[in-house]
Amino acid sequence: MLNTTLKAFVWTIVLLLSAPVFSSSSEEGEPVDVTEMIMHHIKDAHEWHILTYTDDNDGKQHVSVHLPIILIDNGIKVFSSKRFYHEEDAIEIVNAEGKKDHYLVNRELGYGIFHENIYKLNQAGLLDFDAEGHATNAKPYDFSITKNVFTLFFSALLLFVLLRLAVKSYKNDGLHPPRGIARFIEPIVVFVRDDIAKANIGEKKYKKFMPFLLTAFFFIWINNMLGLIPIIPGGANLTGNISFTLTLAAFTMLITVFSGNKNYWKHIFATPGVPIPLLIIMIPVEVIGVFAKPFALMVRLFANITAGHIIILALTGIIFTFGSAAWSALSIPMSLFIGVLELLVAFLQAFIFTMLSALFIGEAVAEEH
Amino acid sequence: MDLITPDLGLVFWTGLTFIILMFILTKFIWKPIMAAVNNREDNIQEALDMAKKTKAEMEKLKTQNANLLKEARIERDEMIKEAKITSDGMIESAKSKSKVEADKIVENARVSIEAEKNAAVAELKNQVATIALEIAEKILREDLSSNEKQKQLAESFAKDINLN
Amino acid sequence: MTGLAAIGAGIAVLGAGLGIGKIGSSAMDAMARQPEAASKIQTGMIISAALIEGAALFGVVVGLLQG
Repeated sequence: MLNTTLKAFVWTIVLLLSAPVFSSSSEEGEPVDVTEMIMHHIKDAHEWHILTYTDDNDGKQHVSVHLPIILIDNGIKVFSSKRFYHEEDAIEIVNAEGKKDHYLVNRELGYGIFHENIYKLNQAGLLDFDAEGHATNAKPYDFSITKNVFTLFFSALLLFVLLRLAVKSYKNDGLHPPRGIARFIEPIVVFVRDDIAKANIGEKKYKKFMPFLLTAFFFIWINNMLGLIPIIPGGANLTGNISFTLTLAAFTMLITVFSGNKNYWKHIFATPGVPIPLLIIMIPVEVIGVFAKPFALMVRLFANITAGHIIILALTGIIFTFGSAAWSALSIPMSLFIGVLELLVAFLQAFIFTMLSALFIGEAVAEEH
Repeated sequence: MDLITPDLGLVFWTGLTFIILMFILTKFIWKPIMAAVNNREDNIQEALDMAKKTKAEMEKLKTQNANLLKEARIERDEMIKEAKITSDGMIESAKSKSKVEADKIVENARVSIEAEKNAAVAELKNQVATIALEIAEKILREDLSSNEKQKQLAESFAKDINLN
Repeated sequence: MTGLAAIGAGIAVLGAGLGIGKIGSSAMDAMARQPEAASKIQTGMIISAALIEGAALFGVVVGLLQG
């Protein structure tokens, strides 16, 4: 054990010391903008970029999966995102901070794409920008199958297939211990039931909310984990996307509000034992609380997962920031460490989301005591 | 700013996917799994209850057995005691009976011995009397020559004759 | 995220870190004292940590809004 650690340490030192050797040979082309790379990764995209290589003519070749774009703009328009991504249609601009940027247009269709947002082109077939560098053109409603939407479908399908396999092993009367994948799934289902639903909602009422809690738990978990896989079909930052967490948190809020009993509303609008003048302050606070709780759910999942992605990418980015492959001796173990930690976070955040949802629902359906 | 602006399209797709997924999973996954789990738990509970019941029954049987055993033991003890008393009585009665018998035999023997003795004495008396008579006859024959002597002799005889 | 916003986010993280650290230490104490209640304490610990983290994340989001 000690011997292995010592060996690893020695190798790290050797690699770090040889940094200058590598750095002299690895420098070529323009420097990589790590921040740009990270921001690009954690955002949604209309194409699924796999890799970029330099061909014999020093031209950059992109290998990516082009996803369909669906727009609602005087009717539904469906076309492949391939029609945007042609190098010759890229229009170079200089943004507000003086940095070079570009956007893509397809004049035939009349749309341009800037920072993965789709805009309608103006008369000249260009985009207009305000002083802060935001495009001011009108936006069509974008219902495209983006990277995240694709992941959404894929993970739902994967989850269904995996769980279906688990259920298949229950073909018998269910008296025997679970077999195969069910051996893994069943304890988690029981855990959600006993430690999340029963513990927070109560023995009597938990059954009604089990489908939501179980689905939310497994769906968040599988997407958290898919996000940690660096290549297609993983790697999309779905659970770290505010739209996704917003939707799930909205479900929690709707369920809480619609299953809230008389007691719950009484606590909000006429808290027992509070004098009337104080109620003037209490009621707004309680009403804000109704929205703040799911809001916190939304932000928590978003921020945790996004932060995880940013940290892993930033650690990988160390190599490019310093322009030396030798830094991989530091960056790879570190990102491996964070990657393993993120596996734990993937579970923990799914658990916390479900747990807090159950807690809020439990509050809403609690009997007077 | 861009990061925390919800995107309508993704919200729509997420909502749609989640609701559909929830219904499909509820129908095809959660229900069977929960049914299986509940079924198994019920079964285990049932088995446990059964075991508990059986155990209680066993306990009951055991106490019953113990009681029976105890009763049997008491009965046995009583029987032994009774038997002992009976045997003691029998021995006692046999003893007394035999004693009576023995006494009787001894008595009989004594009586017969007495009778024998008496007979023998009587016989002896007769014999002695006969002998005495014979002696007396002889003496008489010899000494009855003189009257005086005869008288004297008769007197001495008479004096001396004292039986036993 | 630039300048002031980053400092704000840093302060938010500092506060949350202190809070969660306190929760962790108290939970460890409690668990050492009552090992049989460890699972309950753990659940409570995670929930309170998540709630504190939520408060800190509001700060981070404000930072992101500025950036």
